[in-house]
Amino acid sequence: MTETLASTPTHLRTPGTDARGSTGRWPTYAVGFALAAGLTAASFVLAAHHWLTPASLVAALVVLAIAQMIVHLIFFLHITTAPAQKTNILALLLTLLIIGLVVIGSLWIMAQLNAHMVPMDQLMQMQR
Amino acid sequence: MNDMQLAASLERAPARYIPATKFGTTGFGFYVYLLSDAILFSALFATYAVLKTANAGGPTPQVLFDLKNVGVETACLLTSSFICGLAMQADEARNRTGVAIGLIAVFLLGVGFLSLEVREFAGMIHAGAGPQRSAFLSAFFALVGAHGLHITVGLAWIVLLLCHLGAMGFSASFRRRLFCFSLFWHVLDVVWIAIFTFVYLLGIQP
Amino acid sequence: MFGKLTLHDIPFDQPIVMGTCAGILVVGAFVLGLITYLKRWRWLWEEWITSVDHKRVGLMYIMLALVMLLRGFADAIMMRTQLAIAGGGHAGFLPPEHYNQIFSAHGTIMIFFVAMPFVVGLMNFVVPLQIGARDVAFPVLNSISFWLTAAGALLPNIALGVGEFARTGWLAYPPLSELAYSPGVGVDYYLVALQISGIGTLLSGINLVTTILKMRAPGMELGMMPVFTWTALGSNMLIVVSFPILTATFAMLMLDRYLGFHFFTNDAGGNPMMFINLIWTWGHPEVYILVLPAFGVFSEVIATFSGKPLFGYRSMVAATLVITILAFIVWMHHFFTMGAGANVNAFFGIATMVIAIPTGVKVFNWLFTMYGGRVRFDVPVLWTIGFMITFVIGGMTGVLLAVPSNDFLLHNSLFLIAHFHNVIIGGVLFGCFAGMNYWFPKAFGFTLEPRLGKAAFWCWFVGFYLAFMPLYVLGFLGMTRRMNHYDNPAWTSYLQVAWVGAILILLGIVLQIAQLVVSIRTRRQRLDLTGDPWNGRTFEWSVPSPPPAYNFAVEPVADGLDTYWRSKAARRAPAPIYQSIQLPENSPAGFLVAACAVACGFAVVWHIWWLALLGLVGGLGVMIASSWREHGEFVIPATEVARIERLARALPLKS
Repeated sequence: MTETLASTPTHLRTPGTDARGSTGRWPTYAVGFALAAGLTAASFVLAAHHWLTPASLVAALVVLAIAQMIVHLIFFLHITTAPAQKTNILALLLTLLIIGLVVIGSLWIMAQLNAHMVPMDQLMQMQR
Repeated sequence: MNDMQLAASLERAPARYIPATKFGTTGFGFYVYLLSDAILFSALFATYAVLKTANAGGPTPQVLFDLKNVGVETACLLTSSFICGLAMQADEARNRTGVAIGLIAVFLLGVGFLSLEVREFAGMIHAGAGPQRSAFLSAFFALVGAHGLHITVGLAWIVLLLCHLGAMGFSASFRRRLFCFSLFWHVLDVVWIAIFTFVYLLGIQP
Repeated sequence: MFGKLTLHDIPFDQPIVMGTCAGILVVGAFVLGLITYLKRWRWLWEEWITSVDHKRVGLMYIMLALVMLLRGFADAIMMRTQLAIAGGGHAGFLPPEHYNQIFSAHGTIMIFFVAMPFVVGLMNFVVPLQIGARDVAFPVLNSISFWLTAAGALLPNIALGVGEFARTGWLAYPPLSELAYSPGVGVDYYLVALQISGIGTLLSGINLVTTILKMRAPGMELGMMPVFTWTALGSNMLIVVSFPILTATFAMLMLDRYLGFHFFTNDAGGNPMMFINLIWTWGHPEVYILVLPAFGVFSEVIATFSGKPLFGYRSMVAATLVITILAFIVWMHHFFTMGAGANVNAFFGIATMVIAIPTGVKVFNWLFTMYGGRVRFDVPVLWTIGFMITFVIGGMTGVLLAVPSNDFLLHNSLFLIAHFHNVIIGGVLFGCFAGMNYWFPKAFGFTLEPRLGKAAFWCWFVGFYLAFMPLYVLGFLGMTRRMNHYDNPAWTSYLQVAWVGAILILLGIVLQIAQLVVSIRTRRQRLDLTGDPWNGRTFEWSVPSPPPAYNFAVEPVADGLDTYWRSKAARRAPAPIYQSIQLPENSPAGFLVAACAVACGFAVVWHIWWLALLGLVGGLGVMIASSWREHGEFVIPATEVARIERLARALPLKS
C-alpha cells in the first residue's frame, strides 16, 4: 500500500522521508556526516585563529553555520525543494521568517532603546 | 484513516489531494512541534544577543568559554546524529539488534555530551560565574541549559523506546515514535550548531 | 511540609472575597450533589471527561469560556462600580491592593480563559466537520489540551481564596513583577497558570494545523476549503509560532523569581524592556489568533443568511494570509512611548496602518455578500451586523493610535482601553456569540430560542456603546487606565454612564443564560430534524444534528467550493453503502495530566517542593502509561453505522 501511495506524483512527503517514502540510505548519512564534520572543523579552526578581521570572521562563521544547518536539513532530515516537500518547505520558511522578524526586530528595538537611554549616572541624579 | 479506507477513497475520487496516512500525519505534526520549539529557542537566542554584553562587571565569555570542551561536545552530538540515521536504516530493515545498538550508541554519546556540559556549568558556578551573577550569565545558562534539558528528555525517550522495542517489537506505533525521535535528535543538533557558533565561537572573540 | 502556605494566606478579613468564595463553594457543592443525586457520574466520565471526540472537547472549551465569562465580568462590574463612585475624595469600596488584583484578574481571565477557549472550542467543533474529517489529527492530545487549559483557568480562581493574585496588570511587566517588588504569590499564580494553559494551547495549535493540512476529505484542495477553515488555519499557525515566545518569556521571569536569575531585574545587568518587547511579540499575534476565527464565523454566517456565496473568496483567503504574516511586524506599537526613537516608531506605526487594509478588504467582501442577497435577520446575523459597525469603529481608533505622536498622548489612557475593548468585544466576542447561535443546533439538535437571543444582542450592543464610548472621551480628558480613584469632577458623569452600560451588558448576559435555559426547556418546539436548519453551504450541515461520533458515515468527496450546497441542488444521490468505521477510544489521560498539573502548579506557587515533584512525576507517568496503549481504537461495524444513520435521519429501520 505504501508503494502505491509513494507513486502518486503529488503525494506530499512527511518531513524526514525521501522520494521513496523511506528514511534514506546510509551513504546519504555518511556524506552528510562528512560534510557537516568538515564545516564544523572549519568553524572551530577559524574561530581559534586570527586570520580574519573581526567582521569577516563573523560573516564566515554565519555562512558556515547556515551551511551546516542546510547539510543537516538535506542529508539527515531529507527536506529538499522537491515538489512533494512543498508543505514542509513552506512551514519551514514561515518559521524562519518569524525567527528572523523576532530576532532582528528585537535586536533593532533594544539597540534603539539602549541608544536613547539616559546614561545611568544622569538617571541616578534625577532621582529625588 | 487506515490504508484500506484510503484506497477506497482513491478509487472513488482520483483527486489530486488525498488525506495523509497516520505515519505521515504524525510525522508532520511532530515536525510542526519542532518548528515551534525552534521559535522557543530563537526567543532565548534573542535574549542572549541582547544581554550578552550585560556582565555587571563579572566574568566575560572570553574568560569562561573553553573551545576544546565545546569541540568534544560538538563531535559527540554530530556523531550521535549520524548514528541515529543509521539506526533508522536498521529500523527500515526491521533489524532489532541494529536499532538497539544504534539507540544505545546515541544514548552514550548523549550522556557524554551532557556530562561535559554539566561539568562546564558546575565549574562556572563554583568559580562565581553562576546564572545569578549577571544578566549575561542568566541568558547563557538559560539558552544552553534549555538545549541540555531537551537532550535529557531525548535520553529518557531513548530508554522508553528501548523498552517499547523489547516489549512490542516493530509495531506501527514504535516506528512512528522512533521516527519522531530521530527528527527530534537531528533538530537538536541543528540548534547546537547555532549555539556553538553564536555563543561560544563568536563569544570568545575579543 | 506546606512550603510557604499558612492559614493566614486565606483572606478572612476581606468580606467580598470571602463572600465570593463561599458562593463558589456553595454552587460547586450543589452541582456535585446534583450529579450524585441523578447518578450521572459514570455518564459524565464516559461521555465528556474522558472523551477524545473533537465535538465534545470543543463544547467543553466553550462551556469553560462561558463560566469564566461570568467571573471576568464580575471583575468588570466591580471596577465600573468602584469608578462610578470613587471620585472627588471618595475612596470607593475597593482599596488599591484589592483593585489591582481585580483588573489583573479581569484581563488575564478574559483573554486567556474566555476569548481563547471560546475561539479554540469553535474551531475544534467545526473544523473537522467542515473539512470532511472524522476527528482531529491527535484526539488524545486534543483532550489533554482542553484539560490543561481548564487547569490553568482553575489556578487564578484558587488564588481568590488562597493567597492573592498578581497586581501587575494582565501582562505582568517587570520590574514590578520581579520578586523585589512583588514578593507575594500573586505573580507566581499568574505565571504558573499561564504556562500550563500555554502548553495546552500550543498543542492544540499543532493539532489543528496538522488536521487542516493533512486530513481534509479527498479532493478538497486548499482553494476549496471554507473560509472559516482558512481563518482557523491562519489562527493556529499563529499559535504555533507565537506561543513558544510566551512560554520562553514567562520561563525567564520564573527563573528570575525562583532562582535569582537576572533577565529582567533592575540590577546585575537585567533589562526589563526585553520582557516588554518579547511579551508583545507574542501579544500582538495573540489578538489576531482571537479575531481571525471570528472573521471566519462572520464569513460563514453572512453567506448562509444572505443565500449567496461569499463575495470574493480568493481575496478573503489572501487577506487572511496577509493578516497572518503582518501580525508579526507591528508589535512595537504597544510601547511607542518607551523611547525607541522616531525611526523605529515610524516603521511600526506605518506597518500597523497597513494591516488595516486587508481587514478593510474583508469588510467590503461581507458587505458585497449581503448586497443583492435575501438577508434573513436571524440572531447570528444581528451579531454580525453589530460586529461590522462596532469593529470598524474600533479599528479606526486603532489606526488613530497607530500614529506614534497621537499614541504619546493616548497611551495607557482610557482611550486605549476603549479601543481594545471595542475590537475585542465587537470583533471576537460578537463573533463567538454569532458562532454559538449558528452552530448550536448542529451541536445539540435544536435551535436556540430566537427572541431571547435578539433581546440579549440588543442589551449587549447598546450596553457596549454606553459602557465604552464615554471611555474614548475620558481618554481625551486625560484619565489614565487602572485608576483606583480620582479627583477630577469632569470625569464622574462619563463613568456613571459607563456603569449603566455595564449593567445593560449584565442584563444581556442574564438574557443569554435565560435563552439557554428556555431553549433547553422548550427544545421539542425547535428540533433540527434535517441537520441543516439554516440552509447552509458547507459539509457540517450534511450530517445529522447532533452528528454521530464518526461525523460522516461515508466520507465526503469534495469537487469544488461549497460542494454540499451544489449537491443539494443536484439529483438525489444513490443510497450509501456503509462500511465499518474505526474511532479512537476514550482516554483519561487529559483529565489526569491536568489534575497533576494543578497539583504541581499550586505546589510551585507555594514552594511545596515534594508536592511539585509528585505532580510532575505523576503527569509524566500518565503520559508514559498512555503511550503503552497499543491499540487505542475501537470499531463500529457497518450494520451499527447503518442503524445510527437511519435513526438520525428518521428513516424506517431495516430488520
